[in-house]
Amino acid sequence: MITIPYLTALTTYFSYGLLFAFGQLRDFFRKFIDWWKASNLQGYAPICLGLEDFYIRRLYLRIQDCFGRPISSPPDAWFDVVERVSNDNNKTLKRTTKVSRCLNLGSYNYLGFAAADEYCTPRVTETLQRYSASTCSTRVEGGSTALHVELEQVVADFVGKPAAMVTGMGYVTNSAILPVLVRHGGLIISDSLNHNSIVNGARGSGATIRVFQHNTPSHLERVLREQIAEGQPRTHRPWKKIIVVVEGIYSMEGELCKLPEIVSICKKYKAYVYLDEAHSIGAVGKTGRGVCELLGVDTADVDIMMGTFTKSFGSCGGYIAGSKELIQYLKYTCPAHLYATSISPPAAQQIISAIKVILGEDGSSRGAQKLAQIRENSNYFRSELQKMGFEVLGDNDSPVMPIMLYNPAKIPAFSRECLKQNVAVVTVAFPATPLLLARARICISAAHSREDMVKALEVISRVGDMVGIKYFPAEPKKPELEEGRKKSE
Amino acid sequence: MNSLKNASDWLTFAYDAPFARAVVFGVPIGGHLFVEGLLLVVILFLLSQKSYKPPKRPLTNKEIDELCDEWTPESLIPPITEEMEKEAPILESAARPHTIINGKEVVNFASANYLGLMGHEKLLESCTSALEKYGVGSCGPRGFYGTIDVHLDCEARIAKFLGTPDSILYSYGLSTMFSAIPAFCKKGDLVIVDEGVHWGIQNGLYLSRSTIVYFKHNNMESLKNTLEKVTQDNKRAKKLRRYIVVEAVYQNSGQLAPLDEIIRLKEKYRFRVFLDESNSFGVLGKSGRGLSEHYKVPIDKVDIVTAAMGHALASEGGFCTGSNRVVDHQRLSSSGYVFSASLPPYLASAAITAIDVIEANPKLLVKLRDNIKALCTGLSGIQGLEIASDMLSPIVFLVLKKSTGSLKSDLQLLQDIADQVLKEHSVFVVPSRRSTLDKCNLPVGIRLFVSAAHTESDLQKAYESLKSVAASVFTGQN
Repeated sequence: MITIPYLTALTTYFSYGLLFAFGQLRDFFRKFIDWWKASNLQGYAPICLGLEDFYIRRLYLRIQDCFGRPISSPPDAWFDVVERVSNDNNKTLKRTTKVSRCLNLGSYNYLGFAAADEYCTPRVTETLQRYSASTCSTRVEGGSTALHVELEQVVADFVGKPAAMVTGMGYVTNSAILPVLVRHGGLIISDSLNHNSIVNGARGSGATIRVFQHNTPSHLERVLREQIAEGQPRTHRPWKKIIVVVEGIYSMEGELCKLPEIVSICKKYKAYVYLDEAHSIGAVGKTGRGVCELLGVDTADVDIMMGTFTKSFGSCGGYIAGSKELIQYLKYTCPAHLYATSISPPAAQQIISAIKVILGEDGSSRGAQKLAQIRENSNYFRSELQKMGFEVLGDNDSPVMPIMLYNPAKIPAFSRECLKQNVAVVTVAFPATPLLLARARICISAAHSREDMVKALEVISRVGDMVGIKYFPAEPKKPELEEGRKKSE
Repeated sequence: MNSLKNASDWLTFAYDAPFARAVVFGVPIGGHLFVEGLLLVVILFLLSQKSYKPPKRPLTNKEIDELCDEWTPESLIPPITEEMEKEAPILESAARPHTIINGKEVVNFASANYLGLMGHEKLLESCTSALEKYGVGSCGPRGFYGTIDVHLDCEARIAKFLGTPDSILYSYGLSTMFSAIPAFCKKGDLVIVDEGVHWGIQNGLYLSRSTIVYFKHNNMESLKNTLEKVTQDNKRAKKLRRYIVVEAVYQNSGQLAPLDEIIRLKEKYRFRVFLDESNSFGVLGKSGRGLSEHYKVPIDKVDIVTAAMGHALASEGGFCTGSNRVVDHQRLSSSGYVFSASLPPYLASAAITAIDVIEANPKLLVKLRDNIKALCTGLSGIQGLEIASDMLSPIVFLVLKKSTGSLKSDLQLLQDIADQVLKEHSVFVVPSRRSTLDKCNLPVGIRLFVSAAHTESDLQKAYESLKSVAASVFTGQN
C-alpha cells in the first residue's frame, strides 16, 4: 500500500492549489476577453461547458509534450522518438524530422515480440498474401477463416480451458461480454482499481455494481455476505447471479491479484469469477500461462478468463476462454462477434506463431529463454531501484514497476530530463491515478539486455536526485554487490 | 343539570380562590396562569418521551450464514438450444469475390469489400513493408509511445481526403461510435436518434446517460415532429447540448439518410449532427467522399462524422473527423482512444494506400453503382422476398414479404434459404443477425454486399440462384 509522507502530501496539495488558482485567473481573463469578441456559436450550447475541460486546458496542456510522443520505429528495446516543437506555448505540437534513439521503458513489450521476429514475421507475411489484410466481414458472415478457428484452438490450449473466442480488440471484449453475461437483476463486484474497459462494460450491462477494496479478500467477503443477505436494492429479492471481476496484474500498481483467496471465497458464496489477464498472460508463470500458473490456481475454478494479445504477443485483439457451452452461447449473442469485423489475419498469425515460440514448438528454446529473461530482468530492476531509495510499487515477478512522483511539477521534470538523456519513460497523472499519487511507470521487456538496464538505472538515479523523488533512504553501496553481480553473469 | 351546575360552581370557586390571587414579585397571578403552567408541564413531559420506534435488529452472523447457504444463483448461461450450436461457414482463402468454402469455390456476397480493394497489390505491398519495418502490434496506447508516425500520416490523409481540419483514428470499427458518443453527450443532454441504428451507437447512447428520444426509421416527418415537441418541452435549452444521430447507410435496412433535409432541420432547431458513414465512405458521392458529397452539402455542416474502415477501405479500425475542437476533445476524453492500444501500423498504412487508390481510380465507384443496379434489377420479381434497401446502397437487403410472425422463425427461414443457396448454387449470402442486446426492431432479411470486383456472371449467378431457391421455398408455403 502507498503511504504518502505528510510533507509530500502538503506540498502536492499546495502545488495543485496554485495551478488551480492560476487556471481560474486565466479563465476569468479569457471570459473577459471573449465578452468583447462576438461568439460564433449562434445559439448552440458550447461543446464543452466550463469546468469539464478545465483540467485539460489549464493543467494538461502545460505538460502535453510528455504524452503522446510519436515514434518512427518499432517499439523494441531501443526506438526512435520523433521530436516535436511548439510555437504557441505547448498548445499545439508539430512534428519535426529529427529523431533521437532512446531506450524504451514504456511500451508493453514483455516478451520482445514487438519488432520483426525471425520466426513470426515470415509467417505473417505469408498469411498476408494468402488472406489479405482484413476480412471486411463479421465472424458470423464471411469473416471466419480456417486461421481464426486454429487461433481459437491454440489460445484455448495455451490458457488451459476447453474453448476460447477471439475478438479484434481487447477493450471491446470487456465492454461487449459483461452485458451479455449479467443483465438487470445481477450483481457485479469489481476491484476498486479495475481498468476502464471493465467499468464501461459493467455500466453498459445494467446490473448493480459494488466495489471492494483493492486486493483485499476480507473486504470482498464482507461485501458478498452483506449483498447476498440484503438482496436487490429496494425490492430485496435475491440476486440472479453475482460476478466478481478482478485483474491478473494491475497496470498502475504492478501488483499481482490475490487469486487463491478470492477464488476460495467465491466458491464458498457461489459467485462467478471473471479474471482479466491483460498484462499477465504470457509474462508471468513458468511457461507463461499467466497468473493462474504463477499462483497455483486451477483454471477450472476460474469461470471466465479474459485477456489481450497486445502486451506479450506483440499483436492486437482480445480473447475469452471458458467452458464449451459458455463460448457457444457467447458466439450466439455477443455483439463483438456478430457485428464487428473479425480480427485481421496477419495479427492472428502473429499470435499463433508467438504462442508456438513461447511453448517451444518452433524447435528452439527461445520461448523459455524469453520467459526466464523477463523474470530475471524485472526482479533485478526492481531490487536495484529499491536499493537506490525510490518508492517502487508492485510484487516480485511482475514486469510493471511504478515509481512514485506525487508532486505535479515532478512529472514533466522527470519525463523531460530522462528524454534528454535518451531514456523514454511513461509518466501517469490524474485522471488515470488518484490526484495525489502521480507516478512514472516502467515496463521491463525480455528484449532489454543487462547493459540497457544498467544504463537505465544510472540515468534514473541521476534524474531522481535532480528531481528529488528518492523518498526512502538509499541502502549504502556494499562491495559484495559488485562481486554478486559478476557471479550471476 | 344539577351536577353540571355544581361542577361549574366548583370551578368558579377554585378559580376565584384566594391563593389564585396571590401576588408574587409584584405580578398578579390569575388562576388562568396556573392552568397554563400545568399545560406547559404536560407538553414538556410528552415531548421528552421517546417516540415509538421499532427496535433496529441487524442480522446476526448466523442468519447471514443461513441466507448465504440458501441462496442459489442462476447458471451463468441459459441452456444451449439448437440454433446456438450452428457454426458459421469457414473460409479457406481470402474473403474476395471468389472464395473457397469446404473445398468448393463459391461466389462471395458476404464481405463488405465494396470497392474490391482486398488483395489489391498496392495494399499488400504497403502492408508488407509496414510489417517488416514496424512489426505487427503497436504495444501501447496512443498516449504512451503507441503513436507511430503512420498513425499521424493516416489521420492527416483522411482529413485531407474529406476536407476537414483533422481526424482521429480508433483501433476498432465498433468502438468508434461507442467511445465518441459518451465523450460529447453527458447526463442531461438531449439526443434524437433513428430507431434503426446499430448496436455500437445504442451502447454508446446508453453509456452516455443522456435523454434519448427515438424517431421512426428514416422518416423525416417523424423527425420534424420530434424536434418540434422536444424544443417546446425544453425551453431552458441554452446550456443543453442537443444532437441528432443518424447513419448514412443503415446497416439494418440499407436505407439512405436524406442529409439535406436533416441539415435543414438541424439549422432550424439548432442541433448538432452525428453521422456514421461506415457503409457510405468510399461508396457514395462522385469521388467517394460519402453522403455529404452525394447530397452536395459542405462537410463542415455535419458536426461529427465517424466511419469504420473495415468496409470500403479493406482495412480495420475506425476514424472520427470534424472541427479541431471536436477532434482534440476526443484525444483525452474518449475512453476507447485513451485506454486502449492503438491501431496496428500496417493497417494504418493499408488505409492510406486505399485512399490513394480511391482517389486515383474514381471509376471503381461507377462500377460499383452499375453492379448494384444490375443486381437489383435481376432480383426484382423474386418470390416471397422484396428489396427493402435504397437503389444506391451497397448492401442489398431482402426482407420477407410476409413475416412468419416471430423473429426466431423468420431468422430460421432466412437461414434455410441462405444455406440452400450455398449448398446447391455455391453463392454465399447471409441473413442479418440480431444479438439479444440489440434494441432495434426493424425486420430481418438476407443481405448481399455488392463489390466493384464482382463480374456480370457473378451477379447473374446470384440473382438466378436466389430466385430459384426462393421459388422452391415459398411455393411450399403458398
